[in-house]
Amino acid sequence: MTYFPEEVVEHIFDFLATHRDRNTVSTVCKTWYRVERLSRRSVFVGNCYAVHPERVVARFPGLRSLTVKGKPHFADFNLVPHDWGGFALPWIEAAARGCPGLEELRMKRMVVSDESLELLARSFPNFKVLVLISCEGFSTDGLAAIATYCRVLRELDLQENEVEDRGPQWLSCFPDSCTSLVSLNFACLKGEVNAGSLERLVARCPNLRTLRLSRAVSVDTLSKILARAPHLVDLGTGSFTIDHRAEAYHKVMGNFIKCKSLRSLSGFWDAAPHCLPAVYPICGNLTGLNLSYAPAIQCADLIKLIRQCSKLQRLWILDCIGDKGLAVVANTCKELQELRVFPSDFYGGGIAAVTEEGLVAVSSGCPKLNSLLYFCNQMTNAALITVAKNCPHFTRFRLCILDPKKPDPVTNQPLDEGFGAIVQSCKDLRRLSLSGLLTDRVFLYIGMYAERLEMLSIAFAGDSDKGMVYVLNGCKNLRKLEIRDSPFGDAALLEDVGKYETMRSLWMSSCDVTLGGCKALAAKMPGLNVEVINEMDESDEMEENPCDLDKVEKMYVYRTVAGPRNDAPDFVWTL
Amino acid sequence: MEEDFRKGEECPQLLDLIPNERDWMVNGVGGVGKRCGVSEEKKLELRLGLPGGEDWPAVIGKTEEHSVESVLSPGRYKLSKTSGINPSSVGAKRGFFDTVESKTEAFQQQQQQHAGFLQLQAKGKELSQKTNGRAEQQSLERKACGFSAAHGSAAAPSGNAAGANNSSQTRTATTPVVGWPPVRSFRRNLASTSKPPLESENGGLKPAIKLENGGKGLFMKINMDGIPIGRKVDLKAYDSYEKLSLAVNELFQGLLAAQRDPLAAGNQKNPEEKPAITGLLDGNGEYTLVYEDDEGDKMLVGDVPWDMFVSTAKRLRVLKSCELSASSLVAHFVVVTSAFLFLSPGGSGRQEKNSNRVLERKGSVVHCALNICCFLASFGRCF
Repeated sequence: MTYFPEEVVEHIFDFLATHRDRNTVSTVCKTWYRVERLSRRSVFVGNCYAVHPERVVARFPGLRSLTVKGKPHFADFNLVPHDWGGFALPWIEAAARGCPGLEELRMKRMVVSDESLELLARSFPNFKVLVLISCEGFSTDGLAAIATYCRVLRELDLQENEVEDRGPQWLSCFPDSCTSLVSLNFACLKGEVNAGSLERLVARCPNLRTLRLSRAVSVDTLSKILARAPHLVDLGTGSFTIDHRAEAYHKVMGNFIKCKSLRSLSGFWDAAPHCLPAVYPICGNLTGLNLSYAPAIQCADLIKLIRQCSKLQRLWILDCIGDKGLAVVANTCKELQELRVFPSDFYGGGIAAVTEEGLVAVSSGCPKLNSLLYFCNQMTNAALITVAKNCPHFTRFRLCILDPKKPDPVTNQPLDEGFGAIVQSCKDLRRLSLSGLLTDRVFLYIGMYAERLEMLSIAFAGDSDKGMVYVLNGCKNLRKLEIRDSPFGDAALLEDVGKYETMRSLWMSSCDVTLGGCKALAAKMPGLNVEVINEMDESDEMEENPCDLDKVEKMYVYRTVAGPRNDAPDFVWTL
Repeated sequence: MEEDFRKGEECPQLLDLIPNERDWMVNGVGGVGKRCGVSEEKKLELRLGLPGGEDWPAVIGKTEEHSVESVLSPGRYKLSKTSGINPSSVGAKRGFFDTVESKTEAFQQQQQQHAGFLQLQAKGKELSQKTNGRAEQQSLERKACGFSAAHGSAAAPSGNAAGANNSSQTRTATTPVVGWPPVRSFRRNLASTSKPPLESENGGLKPAIKLENGGKGLFMKINMDGIPIGRKVDLKAYDSYEKLSLAVNELFQGLLAAQRDPLAAGNQKNPEEKPAITGLLDGNGEYTLVYEDDEGDKMLVGDVPWDMFVSTAKRLRVLKSCELSASSLVAHFVVVTSAFLFLSPGGSGRQEKNSNRVLERKGSVVHCALNICCFLASFGRCF
């Protein structure tokens, strides 16, 4: 193979689509390593602390696209302390020094400061794509810097970030010469929006295909924007309240009709039922619909809307749709691939909710269903078994029964059999979240059947260490394991320490793992960072002499070549 | 994978829904090919009732122990090192009750093991109720993140019989489990933030922003005299001192009762039987609520306006009222009388503080006297 000139080898590598494949070929021989690293354009770092930024940049000087992920997934649910880490600045600094040709940066669950955004904006003349998901630490000032200095910006995609509002002027910072925007998503911003700037920006960007507005944008502005950009493919409305008798209502409906390319709708903040008919004209073309921010819309109106969306592939909705509504989904949306049903009522009562019936209905009506996130009040084994039979193509299956440890209400059994059926039937299952009453048996099934499983989330489940051991022994492709409030202890943790080097990370909180167990793990595996997170009070006496027998509240273990991190706060101990 | 699955003959009713039983069976998947012993198969045998009579009590015992442990040791890391309390005896005392319980159940189990389907069902129901009750307690006693109403243990639909049982239990849950259900903060706040921010005004934003931040919560440590385990409260979940006082009562009532009478603690007592902690704010009760502010001063809770309290408080403490020091009581008296003389100015924070009850400064009584002088000076300034 080394008889080929390097250009040819490089050309062959171009055909390798996945990171995994490219990583693999780079280990073949020194020449291939060199060819691969110099021609590598895109790098994905699943854990920002697994490797030093400088090392990545040194190895791949030709980097154009970088993706980095920070905090563990459970940070989304407030289980990770606020200042745990995951800082973007070191990455941006390293890239600024080593890869000036960087064009795309995607970050998830990281702390991004305004300073880093400014550095980013100024350091890369060719910067085109910025995607920040579930990040925090920055304000609209940072966005202003991006708008001002990134001359060829194509995508600014802010998904579910915590952004401090410092005023609406950031939007006006896009220079008049900026005409390159293809995708703009600022739905997560909470502050005022300068409508005029927005309209002008939209007007001068003929390639704009994705636009997701924040709640501050009125229907009036939306109407004008639609008039200027009828070629939009993906639209997130702003606040969707409008008097349906008003002329503005008919105007916006008229403008919607002109949007022949519109395939995906979201937003609908504060939408009231009488506003929905405005979008009826385009429903027939929709492949994606997100109504999960509109708690005021109840089942009947949802049904009326969904009945018109026969091409829907992705549906995000609140559980007020009810089982009845899901039956309509099953009858109408035969192309459905992804369904997310979010809980609408946290504060007791559970009046409008979905049960296993809705899920069964959807599974029988939508055989292409492969991705599910379902919050419900109850689930039965029988239902899960039926779902498994109807939809063997699940790649993501996340079920959350709101009451932790709730058994099958019909038989009072744990849900082991149901989930067992899911893993046995869905051979391509990559992601699974469990809930309800579960014993060690479900983990036995998972270990046996879930061969392709890459991410598993466990809460309030299992009886003994055996459960966790089944999973660690069985799931060959497991990359992320996150466990909370389950009775797994040191024996399970230490059963197969080598396993953790084949995984990206392990999170355990409120389990039975002790400090001694964590220390033992750290001692045996120098290639892992074993972080113990203790949010303790200075006044607590035991801070001085923590005993090895003490249970650890939160533990995060991940493989790394970077060694213990140097930016860990006081309450994080790397053993 | 050391254990193999049982064969198709013993397929229980539930799995009849899968017509081709062989699909449900192991089909030489992966490295599983070994046949395990009969005893293993028996263990894995699927039955409609509770799996394996002899295993179940052990299982219950474990889950209950675990649940009880979590219930009564929310500060997990702290429990075993507490001074003055022998961890093993604490564990033993609590464990004892549960062992008794589980043994009784096991006994009843074995009695009914060969009984009919319905009895097993009933037992199962009882157990599941118990499990739910435990999960209940768990949610109650977990780190009080102070979300303002129940979630996580949301009631089951009322139509379902078992659900009705559960809902009657879940309705009592007020302090939810942290991070459950697993939904991001901005979704939790959706239902409550109704008014959208308009383009030209920021008026509607405030509740939205407040709650967004509340998604993280303002968690504050709170310790109580005589109780080794500290708790946490989310100040953003309350909007008045009254509510805070009630929450503190809720947090510590159980623990206090447990301290006083550890043996009885395990009993499912009615909340009314436990002595309520009252008079936290007015100095009349057995305990008084104090806090430490951002300047390190210890203050009595209730003096400053609520918002100011939230922004300056750093830590809370529930002190025995008799332990408020003498000197501070004097200062208290002097300042209180003066406070009576003129109403609280909307002045600077420092002035307000001096006009309020300062219990203790990191320093001496002289310091305290100095404060009184400052206070008198500010008195002059304000008028």
